Amino acid sequence: MTTSDKSPHLDHDTVRAVADLARLNLTDEEVVRFAGQLGQVLAHAEKLQAVNTADVPPTPYVLSLANVAREDEPAPGLSQEEALANAPEQDRGFFRVKSFFGS
Amino acid sequence: MTSARSADLVTVGGIEWQLVVGMEVHAQVATRSKMFCACSATYQGFDPNSHVCPVCLGMPGAMPVINQRAVEATIATGLALGCRIPDTAVFARKNYTYPDLPKGYQITQFEYPLCVDGRVDIPLPGGDTGTIRIRRAHLEEDTGKTTHEGGSSLVDLNRAGVPLMEIVTEADITSAEEAYGFLVRLRTILRYLGVNSGDMEKGALRCEPNISVRTAEQAARGAYGTKVEVKNLNSLRAVRAAIAFEHNRQARVLAKGGSIEQVNMGWDESRQITVLQRSKESSDDYRYFPEPDLPPLRISPEDIAHIEAGLPELVQAKEDRYVNDWGVRPAEASLLASERPLATWFEAAVAAWGGEDGKPQTMALWVTTELLALLHRQGEGQDLRQIADIRVQPHQLADLLTALADRQINNNTAKQVLAAMMETGEDPNAIIEREGLALVSDTSMLDAAILEIFEANPDEHARIQAGEMKLLGFFMGQVMKATRGQADPQTARTRLQELLGSGS
Repeated sequence: MTTSDKSPHLDHDTVRAVADLARLNLTDEEVVRFAGQLGQVLAHAEKLQAVNTADVPPTPYVLSLANVAREDEPAPGLSQEEALANAPEQDRGFFRVKSFFGS
Repeated sequence: MTSARSADLVTVGGIEWQLVVGMEVHAQVATRSKMFCACSATYQGFDPNSHVCPVCLGMPGAMPVINQRAVEATIATGLALGCRIPDTAVFARKNYTYPDLPKGYQITQFEYPLCVDGRVDIPLPGGDTGTIRIRRAHLEEDTGKTTHEGGSSLVDLNRAGVPLMEIVTEADITSAEEAYGFLVRLRTILRYLGVNSGDMEKGALRCEPNISVRTAEQAARGAYGTKVEVKNLNSLRAVRAAIAFEHNRQARVLAKGGSIEQVNMGWDESRQITVLQRSKESSDDYRYFPEPDLPPLRISPEDIAHIEAGLPELVQAKEDRYVNDWGVRPAEASLLASERPLATWFEAAVAAWGGEDGKPQTMALWVTTELLALLHRQGEGQDLRQIADIRVQPHQLADLLTALADRQINNNTAKQVLAAMMETGEDPNAIIEREGLALVSDTSMLDAAILEIFEANPDEHARIQAGEMKLLGFFMGQVMKATRGQADPQTARTRLQELLGSGS
């Protein structure tokens, strides 16, 4: 399959934005490489656009399940100790994380 | 749409700047357990991270399950707001990275919300009605709480996963007062339904107005200004003040040739100003997609009919009924209907005393003036819902008003007895009897008192006998004094006149 001309919408800025959302630091070379690879994935998915779906209702869920719910009954969960057991840092019962806004 | 009659205008630089506000309201749904797991939904006053489980901690492999009660409460709210309930609702993932939701996404509803296209009618000054359209109401999960301390944040996830209803209006609000009126009415409806406590101070009800201004010329071609979202509003007063402040600020900036940035502002309660919270450098990219762990909700017409049948009579219907069926004045009707426990108390009192001959209006006045004054004196703050806990029972106030109507007691005594009833919860007649408060209409007793007064005041007696009738007031005063205010005024006057007549 030939590549980038089929996915002109996937420019390098888009690749950088997606990488940023995924918390990935890409080098310039990687941006070029992934623009090509991701473009192929999109081009493949775009083939689905050719299918006529005029009579198909929106399908947010592929199984025929619906209305799976539970009664509003509380039940005990984890203790504070259990909840915090895997926390890299904890403090007075709280998870401690690096502040997002500086301070 | 609301007309411009109640709109706030700020004139700066010779230009009138109209206010445009849309509102996002988040209301915690009053459930016992969380939205997608069985953890207790109460989080205030508990040790941090003590009401959590693998689901709300976002642990790998943990599966959410929908809380049925939260769904029903949201549909009930939608129906009360006149919304249409589509046949399918779908939960979606809203992706963002912040430690208040450890999954890395919030489960919410996006393309397929539970409720769409509703409206709230609100009373405006001058007897007009304003309409605020509701765009949608959907269900999602609340986030945890973060406390910033030094360079780090402390995270408590007890609140993470508590069910939250988001109610979004169209940009129909044109004045700070209208925004206030809308929120008061919405809060009343939520409390009537029992789906939310309405406590803004505790964060159970949160409101984020989107505020922009525009000129008449912009309005004429349907254009809007850039909107600013204000957060951190912990009271109805703060919402009103923040909107008025932003209206002025934006008008000034624009009049000076500046521009409004699309930003989030916070409300600084102590300084009564908005302050820049976060500048949106790039538009948020939440990458919504249908939640693969939750099958859709299919809402049948029977489901909707069932929930609708369970709705209580709502605030507007009550107000109208008090006015139209019972002849209560709009001012009292509106106050009495404003909180469901108060309306329930009032209706029980009317049921005990009678709905005819203007009795409901008399009862309405006694409840809204005397009873609420006593409640404010002994209650905490001005919360009218505290009426549910007072010692006076509705039928006891009815008995008191019967005693007043039968002229067993006078108005002042009735107020005195009511105050005693608030303290002890006793029946009014027991208090009247024990304290000897009944009006004296026993004519022999009255006659004896009057003759004594004539004797003690020979001068005045002679003058009134000579025709100085203005002294009648003096003698009435003496009779009331002699009977410690318990003489029935009408009987006393008649006896006084007859004894004066017979003596001449």
